[in-house]
Amino acid sequence: MARVVVDVMLKPEILDPQGQAVQRALPRLGFEGISDVRQGKRFELEVDGPVDEAALARIHDLAESFLANTVIEDFTVKVEEVAEAAK
Amino acid sequence: MTARIGVVTFPGSLDDRDTQRAIRLAGAEPVALWHKDKDLKQVDAVVLPGGFSYGDYLRAGAISRFSPVMETVIEQAKAGLPVLGICNGFQVLTEAHLLPGGMLGNDHLHFICKDQKLRVENAGTLWTSDYEQGQEISIPLKNMDGRYVADQYTLDKLEAEGRVAFRYLVRGEAADGYGNPNGSLNDIAGITNEAGNVVGLMPHPEHAVEPLIGSGRTDGLPFFTSILKKLVNA
Repeated sequence: MARVVVDVMLKPEILDPQGQAVQRALPRLGFEGISDVRQGKRFELEVDGPVDEAALARIHDLAESFLANTVIEDFTVKVEEVAEAAK
Repeated sequence: MTARIGVVTFPGSLDDRDTQRAIRLAGAEPVALWHKDKDLKQVDAVVLPGGFSYGDYLRAGAISRFSPVMETVIEQAKAGLPVLGICNGFQVLTEAHLLPGGMLGNDHLHFICKDQKLRVENAGTLWTSDYEQGQEISIPLKNMDGRYVADQYTLDKLEAEGRVAFRYLVRGEAADGYGNPNGSLNDIAGITNEAGNVVGLMPHPEHAVEPLIGSGRTDGLPFFTSILKKLVNA
């Protein structure tokens, strides 16, 4: 079993008021020197079976058509090895 | 024979009944459509109403856009079926790419609920012909994700082709002094597709159809009388 992670971010040119609100709170918490924050979404897909080229292509299509709206967002797809949990 | 106008109910739709009522008040016959049903029951036009379908999960309108009823709506809208998207319905239309651009959270991060002044920028669509070009109207605006965004190319194209159907009235004497209510680019409140059969807007015309309630105006009624005249005279 493998995990595929899809990260979705607003396109750089689009205003992110949530990220700005987070950034503005940082000095109050004593975090200096962070000039910008942008907030995105992370999807963790647990895939049954091998993550081969065909499976990745399907996930890419899924991300492009559903998980992200490519009119306003960019996305990346990456495979993550799942550490074997102690059973 | 009057026109039959369908209103889709998604899980989480809120304004489907108000929209049916507005259609009835305009003199047309409202037809309830169900999100799981591909059958549009041979209606002459479709309204996608306001609300929070699927709780706005993922993105507003993103999950509804893949519902069975939308398969038929998308196919028939491309063939000329008149479709109006109000608020969440507008979000569904952008997610379905029947209208360009996208909808994001209000720039001030607050829910908004107020009477909103708009200017009718295109009185040539199937849904706006009972307005005067440039007419200033006031109808309720209530949403979380009302910020219209599009890339510069799309904005320029919409402006050049007169496809901005409604703009928030942010300047001048008639404006309410609060400016742009949600950070929408170019103060865009609603747009139309190239053919003028698909229109989407954030404010709610269906809540401004009776003199007794709300702001006491019927500024939203022409949406429904416009389409009725087009359909009956067709």
